[in-house]
Amino acid sequence: MEPKMDSVVIRFSGDSGDGMQLTGTQFSATSAVMGNDIATFPDYPSEIRAPSGTIAGVSGFQIQFGASEVDTPGDEPDVLVAMNAAALKANLAAVRKGGTLVLNVDAFSEKDLEKAGYDKCPIATQELNQYKVIEASITSQTMEALKDVDIPPKSKARCKNFYALGITYFMFGRDLEPTKKWLRMNFAKKPLVVEANVKALEAGFHFMETLENPVSTYKIAKAKIKPGTYRQINGNQGTAWGLMAAAEKAKLPLFCGSYPITPATDILQELAKFKHFGVKTYQAEDEIAGICSSIGASFAGNLATTTTSGPGLALKSEAIGLAVIMELPLVIVNVQRGGPSTGLPTKTEQSDLMQALWGRNGECPAIVVAASRPNDCFYMAYEAARLSLKHMTPVILLTDGYIANGMEPFRIPKMADMAAVENRLVDADNEDELKKFMPYARDSETLARPWAIPGMKGFEHRVGGLEKKNLTGAVCHDPFNHQEMSILRESKVEKVANFIPEQKLEGEDSGDVLVVSWGGTYGSTHKAVKRMRKAGKKVSLMHLKYINPMPRNVGDIIKRFKTVLVCELNLGQMKNLLNMRYQCGAKGLNKIQGLPFKVAEITAAVDRELENLN
Amino acid sequence: MSAENNIPEYSKKDFVSDQEVRWCPGCGDYAILAAIQNVMPQIGKKKEDIVFVSGIGCSSRFPYYMNTFGMHTIHGRAAAISSGVKCANPDLSVWVMTGDGDSLAIGGNHYIHTLRRNLDLNIVLFNNEIYGLTKGQYSPTSQPGAMTKTSPYGSIERPFSAASLSIGAQGTFFARTVYTDLKHMQACFKAAAEHKGTAVVEVLQNCVIFNDGCFQQFVSPAEREDNLIRIEHGKPMIFGKNNEFGIVLDGIRPKVVKIGEDGITEKDLLVHDSKAKESTLAFFLSQMTRPEFPLPIGIFRDVDSAVYDEELIKQMNQVTEQKGVGSMDALLSSGDTWTIEAE
Repeated sequence: MEPKMDSVVIRFSGDSGDGMQLTGTQFSATSAVMGNDIATFPDYPSEIRAPSGTIAGVSGFQIQFGASEVDTPGDEPDVLVAMNAAALKANLAAVRKGGTLVLNVDAFSEKDLEKAGYDKCPIATQELNQYKVIEASITSQTMEALKDVDIPPKSKARCKNFYALGITYFMFGRDLEPTKKWLRMNFAKKPLVVEANVKALEAGFHFMETLENPVSTYKIAKAKIKPGTYRQINGNQGTAWGLMAAAEKAKLPLFCGSYPITPATDILQELAKFKHFGVKTYQAEDEIAGICSSIGASFAGNLATTTTSGPGLALKSEAIGLAVIMELPLVIVNVQRGGPSTGLPTKTEQSDLMQALWGRNGECPAIVVAASRPNDCFYMAYEAARLSLKHMTPVILLTDGYIANGMEPFRIPKMADMAAVENRLVDADNEDELKKFMPYARDSETLARPWAIPGMKGFEHRVGGLEKKNLTGAVCHDPFNHQEMSILRESKVEKVANFIPEQKLEGEDSGDVLVVSWGGTYGSTHKAVKRMRKAGKKVSLMHLKYINPMPRNVGDIIKRFKTVLVCELNLGQMKNLLNMRYQCGAKGLNKIQGLPFKVAEITAAVDRELENLN
Repeated sequence: MSAENNIPEYSKKDFVSDQEVRWCPGCGDYAILAAIQNVMPQIGKKKEDIVFVSGIGCSSRFPYYMNTFGMHTIHGRAAAISSGVKCANPDLSVWVMTGDGDSLAIGGNHYIHTLRRNLDLNIVLFNNEIYGLTKGQYSPTSQPGAMTKTSPYGSIERPFSAASLSIGAQGTFFARTVYTDLKHMQACFKAAAEHKGTAVVEVLQNCVIFNDGCFQQFVSPAEREDNLIRIEHGKPMIFGKNNEFGIVLDGIRPKVVKIGEDGITEKDLLVHDSKAKESTLAFFLSQMTRPEFPLPIGIFRDVDSAVYDEELIKQMNQVTEQKGVGSMDALLSSGDTWTIEAE
């Protein structure tokens, strides 16, 4: 009988040119269609093609799929597919003891071993005796299977990732049809490519069927998932679509001025596809021109956005100040990566929080929000646009490399159900509105100023980076006016707290340890707290998505716990912020390795705090 | 109202804002402001469809004095901000008011890329060869040896020619004018407004405080005709108080000649062609400087090329025609989806 498992973690690993990202994407797509919940995590080097066969060139894609809610791509792989010796060397330590290794023995030659840094072949040595090893001649068997297909040998060799995919499909009883359908759809004009990949996929599947010592196969039941229609989405796509959805709801054109930067480039690329949605993308000459063109578009009445990562945010800081003092709507997306400087461009981190809050000259408040998981990028991008347009001030949306590239099922919303997106455009045809128009007159509830744009007759006015006189917006160096305007800009952002949801808590509303997290770590902290609560521990989770301003009840929540433990992928930025705002003596669990949290790292840290309390 | 396209009959005063103009007495900027305000009623645009954008520097105060939409932004970025304005609404007439420091130093990257893209913008480059607002440091156009606060022993830097830089960056329109010649200035601004694509008008402008007299040889009635050459499309290159000098081509180099000497007649002179597709002629005009040559003023280059904002709209229309107007509900449900039924 097939053993049943609740969830399985599988990692595909090979050279960065081996197609591991595609293999992983196909596995997750098939699993999602088969009713499993999934979460994925691509992990690739910053070099496009590092020397082949070396550790530096290893690219990976990890998927967790399961019969119940899957919150993270998993701590430890149960199965590792290693396309060469370097992939085994780079990943073995991460694999669960007792897990399965699928090794492409064709890529364990002396030369391969040397490049990977092995003295001798690890297969059939002590080193691997705690694992189940499946030796497969993936490269040569792929060539053999494709011997009758009329494509060059180089193209045949490229199909080996689908042979490996076939092996895993057999192990986990995956349906081959969704992948075949995908191939037919995407290579409609290249039937030989379809044929070759289908043959490789089937060959891998059949290889497993005919193994002399059959390996275990596993059955993963369908997950209990909220009814609805789903699709897959990664965080960057979610961000792009969320902005587009907000523009459609607001009935405004979307403008994105950006400069390519890892790992944010996908958002610009995604938006560039949608000219028929009225989306204008402008690939600027640098980060500064990216945000500046967006400020120009905002002045002219577009929903404007600029997308970047940490180093780009640094370059944009002066212009953010301009948008703050001109009080124009603007969404700045920062897909965080390892820093400082160029840092770890392809790795994840949460170390731009302070930069987002305060990395500008002068008193320069911005609304700051953070997305919690890949599909939440859609909602938080939408929310960032909603807040920016309603409150006439820039919003910084923080995501990170982990959720930007991570893929998961996304329950498709209906536009009719999405929150209204209001804006402050004046009614140019209303004479009363023209008579009372002053560029810096304010809405009494939000303190937002009106938005009059070029083309509106009679509303001609000037704005700029010099301090503005309250109401008229004329240049003004009066000391008391500057204080008043500084306070007004600050209050305007503080008042946003009246227009965002109250902070939710997972777990009891008082207890021993309050785990606090923010942004892209939600999957790990949610899973860890759920696990600990099941074990009867008095632990709750407060996961923050609204960072400036924070929901009004955050201070009350914090007071009701004996210990506050802030888990974040930096050296304690949110912890410091909470201690500054609420004097709560929060402690930190800080990881800064370019990698997401493992659930076990969080439970261990919480356990230590619980012990300290006893 | 003019019957044709509902443009009201404006006069200069329609473009004068309520703000008190605060440049130093005697500053060349006053003349530029007057010239622009004179030209605005002639460009065929409604007042509400005109936007002035500036960066930082003395010249960048300009938008406050224009009764149009305006933005006084940050140092060097006016071209980038204007590009966004123009993309968002290509119907607008967008004017970038900038200086030699603003556009050729801190904003150099935006300047060259704006020219490369050829957005339909007008850039008025106030060149006084000095940083005025920060009180007298050398700029990227200061002459070698210029004694300024940051070059007390004379500048050792090679200056940019705004003309060479603009033409080298594939600019489709470049004109040079002087702040003392209102008529010439206005003609250049009007031609810039009529040009489709990025139009640069460099105005040689005197800073009375920190670089007074730097263009004296080009503005004083006694000297200027010997030191300037007024170039006009289709006209021979003649200059001098009595129109006695001209420019001929000697091999691939320009040369100053005296008409009547060595059998030279007007027919031998080089004829200016601002519409020439290749930029060779415009470029060598841009390299003509004192004392070897007179300094050219007028329109160096005025050619048609693909205009970014027009291409943008054209492409959006093409894609929309092919794919239909997009809808988020349809996009969200496109591609591979699956449905989980209620149990």
